[in-house]
Amino acid sequence: MTARLSKQTFRRAIRRRKADDITSTISEPEAAPRVAETPSIDIAPNDPLIAYFSSASGAVEIDRLELDSPALRELRAAGVSLVAPLVSQGELIGLLNLGPRLSEQEYSADDRRLLNNLAAQAAPAVRVAQLVQQQEAEAREHERIEQELRVAQLIQQQFLPKAIPNLPGWQIAAHYQPAREVGGDFYDVIELPGGLLGIVVGDVTDKGVPAALVMASTHSFLRADAPRLISPAAVLERANDLLCPSIPEQMFVTCLYAVLDPTSGRLQFANAGHNLPYVRSADGMRELRATGMPLGLMPGMRYEEKETVLEPDEIMLLYSDGVVEGHNAEGEMFGFPRMAAAMLGDVNGRQLIDRLLTTFSRFSGPGHEQEDDITLVALHRSATERTALAPRFEHEQPASNGAGAVLADFTVASEEGNEMIAMQRVTEAIGALDLAPAVVEKLRTAVSEATMNAIEHGNQNRAELPVQIRVLNREGELAVQITDQGGDMEIPETEDPDIDLKLAGLQTPRGWGLFLIEHMVDEMRRSSDGQQHTVELIVYLKGRVDADAAV
Amino acid sequence: MQTRQFEATPRQQADHRGAPVVDLHGNVNRDSEPALTRAYDEAMSGGAETLLLNFDDVHYINSTGIAVIVGLVARARREGRAIAVCGLTEHYRTIFEITRLIDFMRVYPDEESALAGSAPAAT
Repeated sequence: MTARLSKQTFRRAIRRRKADDITSTISEPEAAPRVAETPSIDIAPNDPLIAYFSSASGAVEIDRLELDSPALRELRAAGVSLVAPLVSQGELIGLLNLGPRLSEQEYSADDRRLLNNLAAQAAPAVRVAQLVQQQEAEAREHERIEQELRVAQLIQQQFLPKAIPNLPGWQIAAHYQPAREVGGDFYDVIELPGGLLGIVVGDVTDKGVPAALVMASTHSFLRADAPRLISPAAVLERANDLLCPSIPEQMFVTCLYAVLDPTSGRLQFANAGHNLPYVRSADGMRELRATGMPLGLMPGMRYEEKETVLEPDEIMLLYSDGVVEGHNAEGEMFGFPRMAAAMLGDVNGRQLIDRLLTTFSRFSGPGHEQEDDITLVALHRSATERTALAPRFEHEQPASNGAGAVLADFTVASEEGNEMIAMQRVTEAIGALDLAPAVVEKLRTAVSEATMNAIEHGNQNRAELPVQIRVLNREGELAVQITDQGGDMEIPETEDPDIDLKLAGLQTPRGWGLFLIEHMVDEMRRSSDGQQHTVELIVYLKGRVDADAAV
Repeated sequence: MQTRQFEATPRQQADHRGAPVVDLHGNVNRDSEPALTRAYDEAMSGGAETLLLNFDDVHYINSTGIAVIVGLVARARREGRAIAVCGLTEHYRTIFEITRLIDFMRVYPDEESALAGSAPAAT
């Protein structure tokens, strides 16, 4: 098979020629046109014929050419005797091929002139047609890729835990943020017999739908065997054996599996090639090491099983590559030292994750496109917990009740510029909703402005005061709640901005914040409980009225 | 936040006939004011009547940035000069419409059309 020219449509242009049509039109107009399908001819990019035709000044008689060219031989074999190259802007885009005249006479000078004129006029038209086809093909390809991304995201989200168990004395916080081109991250929290709790963090190599499907299998294997086998090493061994026959070549899964006894803090764990968990303790950081090969490479693998005790106020962090291996614009990697540094200090699991994400976001800079999925799971044993009560599994509200699915819940410190982080994180949280780009842009502006107000007015730029941001997907509407500690304080911006007055110097040039917010979202609601002040930005979603039917 | 430093770079047209251009880079907010004022002073020092602000490399403008632009338009009007802008994304064009900034400046899709449109005013 010969290589195609760079233009995929080249072949089509050649196939379109109807040598006999042209022959009959030129030389035997009264004869019924004989339309014979000549075989399509591919010209290899390195064929000398291309250079020759590109610079030819008009129709070329094939029989007189002396070139070592496979395409030339094919043309001759197809019975072509005269070729008018179609050249557009110096590039050969097709050929008009003619067989011998039916009268068996030579082509006349008039025939050739006519042919040359035809070629000169046809070339730009063919070029335009090729470009249109190419663009249409690219648009279809783009749509296909977008569709695949949505499918991968959907699969991925199906397998995230719907609720995190609420263990007295423990706090479990998780954050999962898919990259645009979804990687294969997953995490899970599994309730086990005897009040034990299984915690999984994993990462499938590769991206998109194939990775999402392997993730789904792995997730199911782990869920199926964890309650029966208990031992983390045994669970990973079993998952590996089940995965090996079905996993596509070149793919594998790294996975950390730990089993916690909440009453004692005892933690057993095994690791299939995943990042080592960190534990932040009173005297610094420690890594939890256990060796083992990634899942899906080879059946019959054995996994080392280790154990440790999580003491009161210790936090264990499980994580995927997304943060540690993330880069900034200068190509510098975030790395373990930054990650470890962000874990130190007096914070709980939720705050630890928020701090990590904030640190990472500052590191990677604005406009940064997330390279890989980010998964963070923090397990925090409360400092005060001393009782050895049997744990009760209390669940947080599942995602489908009236309060809506929580797409994001985080805080930023009240420092100038953090509105950009809020804006970015809200954008990421609503990525799967498939909103129109203009709607997203408007919401970004509204979030940024409202967060800026919360930082400056509500929290008076006091860095230690958090601004809390929650993104909720409710029936038919998307809500972003931005809460500061400003209580009943009114934002001092009641006068409607009037540009005529401003330009005349009769009103300060400033004071656009609330005005912008009101014009960027469908609704703005404000509430206060005397201590906290919340602005709720509402975007109506498609099919708002029959949202129930759609779910 | 590791934001890129805002920059406003004045640029005279090679033939000194078209309006001077100030290229804006980075986020436009209250911190942009000094750089923008300096660029305006420099670009207008030759006595041009119109200044073209090129927003090609601006992807974020907040309310405090709008205030800075309003301030600049107010100053230009006091001096009997005009501000033209080009390269706004669709979103920020909408914001210029909502704030009615658009009523007080010429808005062009790109620099080429802007210079074609503003050349008579500048000579």
